[in-house]
Amino acid sequence: MSATVPAIEVPRTISSQRRTKDRIFSIALWASVVIALIPLLLIVYRVVRLGLAAVSVSLFAHTALPANMAGGGMKQAFLGTAMIVGIAIVISVPLGVLTGIYLSEYGSGRIASVVRFTAEILLSIPSIVAGAFIWALVVVALGSFSGLAAGVALTVIMWPIMARATEEVLRLVPTELREGGLALGYPRWRVIMRVVLPTAGAGVLTAIMLAVARGLGETAPVLLTALGNDFVNTNPMKPTDAVPLRVYNYVQSAYPAWRALAWGGALMLLLGVLVLSVTARMLSIRQQRRMR
Amino acid sequence: MREIDVSSLSAWFGSKQVLHDINLGIERSAATAIIGPSGCGKSTLIRCLNRMHEEVRGARVEGKVLFDGEDIYDPRVDPVVIRRRIGMVFQKPNPFPTMSILENTVAGLKLLGRLPKAELQARGEKALRAAGLWDEVKDRLGDPGGRLSGGQQQRLCIARALAVEPDVLLMDEPASALDPSSTLRIEELVTELKDRYTVVIVTHNMQQAARVADWTLFMLYGEVVEFGPTSRIFTTPEDKRTEDYVTGRFG
Repeated sequence: MSATVPAIEVPRTISSQRRTKDRIFSIALWASVVIALIPLLLIVYRVVRLGLAAVSVSLFAHTALPANMAGGGMKQAFLGTAMIVGIAIVISVPLGVLTGIYLSEYGSGRIASVVRFTAEILLSIPSIVAGAFIWALVVVALGSFSGLAAGVALTVIMWPIMARATEEVLRLVPTELREGGLALGYPRWRVIMRVVLPTAGAGVLTAIMLAVARGLGETAPVLLTALGNDFVNTNPMKPTDAVPLRVYNYVQSAYPAWRALAWGGALMLLLGVLVLSVTARMLSIRQQRRMR
Repeated sequence: MREIDVSSLSAWFGSKQVLHDINLGIERSAATAIIGPSGCGKSTLIRCLNRMHEEVRGARVEGKVLFDGEDIYDPRVDPVVIRRRIGMVFQKPNPFPTMSILENTVAGLKLLGRLPKAELQARGEKALRAAGLWDEVKDRLGDPGGRLSGGQQQRLCIARALAVEPDVLLMDEPASALDPSSTLRIEELVTELKDRYTVVIVTHNMQQAARVADWTLFMLYGEVVEFGPTSRIFTTPEDKRTEDYVTGRFG
C-alpha cells in the first residue's frame, strides 16, 4: 500500500468553452419547450375565446334552430354523448380492469402475450378503423345506427388503454405485499381483492379516467356508428347525436349561428377532457406518494 | 419431538438448481437458525417450508416436507391451508399500506369467516401483545400500519402472522433491514416465542443465530454442511467449512 499514486489535478474553474456549450444547450432545450407550447396555447386561446361567446343556457337547454336563426343549442348532443360514453364505460371498465388484472397477476404465459399484443395493436389502430369495424359488426347486424353501436365502438378505443394502464399500475404494487397476503393463507384472488387492488386504488381510477377522456373526444368511430340526430334521443337502439359529431357538422356549415355553437361544443369537450386529465394526474401523484 | 421433516428436498429457479437433496428435522417448540453466506439457498429453503417458493415464476420443488406427518407437497394438499398453519415474516416489513394497525393484525383472521368485532379486537390485542407491540400502538390502532417505524412495522408483521395462531413461524432474515435496537427487540421476541411456537429463522448474522437458536443449520452452495445444537455448531463443529465460517474466515 506504499506505492504513491499521482494525484489527479481537479480544475478549480470550468473552462469558458464548456460554459458556452452549457449555455447553448440550455437555450436549445428551453426553445423547443416554447415552440411545442405555442400551437397548444393558440388552440386553447381560440377555443376559449370563440367558445365562451357561445356558452349560454340555450346551448344546453335547446336543440338546433333552423339554420338562419341565431341562438338554439345542442342539448341532444350533450345527452347523446353522455349516453354513448356511459355505455362505453359500462362495457369497457369491467373488461379493461379485469384484463389489466389478468395481465399483471397471471400474465406470464403465451395467452397473456397474445392479449398484451392485441391490446398494443388496438391502441395504435386509427380510430376510424374501429368505427368501420363496429359499423360492419353492430350497425349492419342491428339494421340501424345507434348509441349502442357508438358505445361499443368507443369500447374498442377505451378497453386497451384501460387494460394496459391498469396492468402498469398493478405492477407497481410491491411483490412483498402479495407475498405477505399469500403467507397469511390468502388465496390468489383474495390477495388481489384485498391487497393489490386497494393498494393500487387511485391508480386504477386514473387508468379509467384517462381512457374516458380519450373516448369523450373521439369523432370518427361515433360518426360511423351513431350517425347523429337533430333531436333528443334516449333510445340506445336509435341514431343518436354526440358533441364531437355536432362540432364536426356545425364548424363547416355556412351559418354563423351554427359555427358559434360548434365552438361552444368544442369548449365543453376541451373542459371535459381537461377536468378528467387533471383529476387523473392529481390522483396518480397522490398514489405515487403513498407507494413510497 | 419433530414438527417438520424435510427429506431429499431439491429446488430450482428455472433450470438453475438452488437446493440439493436437503435432509433436515425441525424440532417442535424450539428455534432453528439457518445460516450461511449470501446465495447459499437459505431463503429458498425456508420458502419451501410453507410452499412460498413455488409462487416465483419458473420455480420448482422436488422431495418431501412432512409437517405433522403429512407431506405438504402432496398434490391433494392446498398450499393455502399449509400457509395458514405455517406463518411467515419477511426480510422487509410488509404491512398492508391501505389497512390500519388493527386491520393489519387481524388481516389473516378475516379468512375464518365473519367474526364479531369484539372478537377481532380481542384477538388483535392478543397478537399485538405477543409481538410486544401493544403498549406502543394501543392508543392509535386506527392509524395506517405504514406510519410505524421500521422495527414496529416488522413486529406488526409478526403480530399479523401470530394472529391466525399458526403452529410454525418462519422468519426470513427478519431483522436485516432494522437498526440495532430494533434488532434486539426482534431477537428478544424470538426467544419468547420459541416456547410456544416452532420458529425457523434465516439469518446472515451468526451472533444472532448463536443468541436465539437452539438448533443451527449451516448451508453452503445449496447443500447442508452441518446441522446440530447451536452450542456445538459454534464451539466444536465437525466440518472444517463450518469452523471456517463461524470463525469468520469467509462468508
